[in-house]
Amino acid sequence: MFFTYLRRELRRRRKAALVVASGLALGIALVIVVNSVSSGMKVAQGKVLESLYGLGTDLTVTKARDQLQEGARPQRPRFAFEGQEEGEEKQSSDRLMVQGFETLADSTVATVAKQQGVDRAVGGLSLVNLKIDGEFTRGRIQRGEQQPGQPGQPAQPGEATGGGPGGPGDTVTGGGAAFDVNSFTLYGTDVTAPDLGPLTTSTVSTGRTFETTETDAKVVVLDSAYARQEGLTVGGKLTVKGVSFEIIGIVTADSGQSAAQVYLPLKQAQTLSASTGKITTIYVKATDSTKIEAVKTAIQKNVTGTTVTTSADLAQTVSGSLDTAANLASTMGKWLSYAVLLAAVLVAGLLTSSAVGRRVREFGTLKALGWTSGRVTRQVVGEALVNGVVGGALGIAAGLAGAYAVTAVSPNLTAELGASVGGFGGRGGGGMVFGGAAVGPGGARTAVGKTIDIALTAPVGLATVGLAVLLALGGGLVAGGFGAWRASRLRPADALRRVE
Amino acid sequence: MYELIGVTKQYRRGRTRVDALAGVDLAIGQGDRLVIQGPTGGGKSTLLQMLGGLDRPTSGSVLLDGTDLAKLSERRLTAVRGQNIGFVFQSFNLIPTLTALENVETALVPLGVKTADRRDRAAEALDSVGLVERLGHLPSELSGGQQQRVAIARALVKRPKVLLADEPTGNLDESMRDEIVDLLEGLCEEHGLTFVMVTHDSAVARRAPRLATIRKGRITVKENRPVG
Repeated sequence: MFFTYLRRELRRRRKAALVVASGLALGIALVIVVNSVSSGMKVAQGKVLESLYGLGTDLTVTKARDQLQEGARPQRPRFAFEGQEEGEEKQSSDRLMVQGFETLADSTVATVAKQQGVDRAVGGLSLVNLKIDGEFTRGRIQRGEQQPGQPGQPAQPGEATGGGPGGPGDTVTGGGAAFDVNSFTLYGTDVTAPDLGPLTTSTVSTGRTFETTETDAKVVVLDSAYARQEGLTVGGKLTVKGVSFEIIGIVTADSGQSAAQVYLPLKQAQTLSASTGKITTIYVKATDSTKIEAVKTAIQKNVTGTTVTTSADLAQTVSGSLDTAANLASTMGKWLSYAVLLAAVLVAGLLTSSAVGRRVREFGTLKALGWTSGRVTRQVVGEALVNGVVGGALGIAAGLAGAYAVTAVSPNLTAELGASVGGFGGRGGGGMVFGGAAVGPGGARTAVGKTIDIALTAPVGLATVGLAVLLALGGGLVAGGFGAWRASRLRPADALRRVE
Repeated sequence: MYELIGVTKQYRRGRTRVDALAGVDLAIGQGDRLVIQGPTGGGKSTLLQMLGGLDRPTSGSVLLDGTDLAKLSERRLTAVRGQNIGFVFQSFNLIPTLTALENVETALVPLGVKTADRRDRAAEALDSVGLVERLGHLPSELSGGQQQRVAIARALVKRPKVLLADEPTGNLDESMRDEIVDLLEGLCEEHGLTFVMVTHDSAVARRAPRLATIRKGRITVKENRPVG
């Protein structure tokens, strides 16, 4: 009888039932979409962090550059070109420099690995190669009449008149300089630990990655964007500071942003950059993700002079549209969706209560026939619950569709990292970036941090669907509660008297 | 069967106190047929509600087989209604979404009768009121007289001790009125029920062996010479 009565009543009031269910559906769909977008934000943030950290890395240990003394100039790369006597002068300079951080002794890796809560630790060396090729052309000095020029006086590029080195009246014509600047980043990786460090977030697209025996092999793995830009392929050669390396593989960063453009064995990186026994970053995996803060404290205490950064620290430095969207989703989006759901539940409650108001004679009659208040209440709640379930089903379908649409569209978000936090935004004049600064292809070193474009997805987890089901049932129960309260207070005599 | 002792019922209508029943004493025996008449607002329906355990008196006792309905808990009172008292209303009060059979079944739900048995008994009750052909019809598909027959079947299906009818012919035309009254009287006699009916209709009232009149909450009962 319960189900027959329930089914018939819902069929009779299907418009009202549809309104109630639609309201709940809207609220639930919003909750699902906002929750899934929030999850997508977290995934995106995770990807951004992984692109710097590498998979499985819980902390990094670095040593920031020493604070410059007041008035001191930051150290910059110097290029010295030897002058020649006559004609065009071809000049070339190939500099390989440690990038971003002060170096640490590679024995620090072992010290860090011994700390309580540390599962594993590996070191890496971030480098930047700056190569300048070009030539100077001497200018010619035309002497003035009264002030003879000085033969052999160095000419200035371009043209100068009056007050020039040859004296008043001398004129310099011709001359100049043309240089190509080529720059790329390198990362010396510990090939014996292939599952920790920045290379873990890249997938081999051609060739292979390092073998654990290639600790000192003259082999490199290239980032796919760099390889494409330079027209390099597997099996080809890459020359770094005069040393030829075989290209064994090309990898693509999962997040679209690689930690370096060229990966090579750590020992080779140390030798080439004259940094034997030195590293810039230690990647640490904790034994338990709940112990990360304790590990951080232990390392800071026992390995002095280092900066220890966790993913939580790093996450705080994410800015840009990803951060804005994440904040929007976690604050306004959530509140908005819950407000809509609350409004829907209230409207559903009022409609249910109003429906009970229209059925006082019906319920009064049933009570007169011996139906208990509990039985009448269950009937009302049952109807509201079905509305909730229908609303929940519609809402889940709409929510899944919404989440699917977000994933299909995959709007691009930008994450900026490390620009504003001294801990790994860099100290001193370097403008360093955590985990190996990004250098634009052929450009100068990034001074404001790392910018990563990442596509937003909206993954719907079982927990979100479970939450939606609970909200639907809860919404139905609350809505039913309004009507049930009214129905339970109904005295049969009053109910019958009111309509006689 | 029934014994009402000093039953009063007062309502508040705004600031005014209304004495719907003002010290009613009444005895109704097993198998009696009593018709209650009186002007509108005189307290007829209120008295019927007291007898049916739908309402409680302000003071006094309503004894049904020695049990004071006024003092029963809500749960017990509901159980008494479910087991012992059948109601027939002027507006039929059928559930519009349920068929004739299902409407009759609703009276058996509180008694915990199993579904199959419930259906059999409901069909039997509808047969006894001549509606066996209309089991699957909704109230909206039945005439007024047929609806009232369904309501009578619903009232009798649980085999109550008492049948209370509040203006059962009020919404029916004259020919249907006689048909329904004949049916009610016949069934009550057949089952030995105590039958109390409120009516405005003097023609119906004249058929009862006892006639009670309520005016301003006070009752007078006289033996009638039934006109049949």
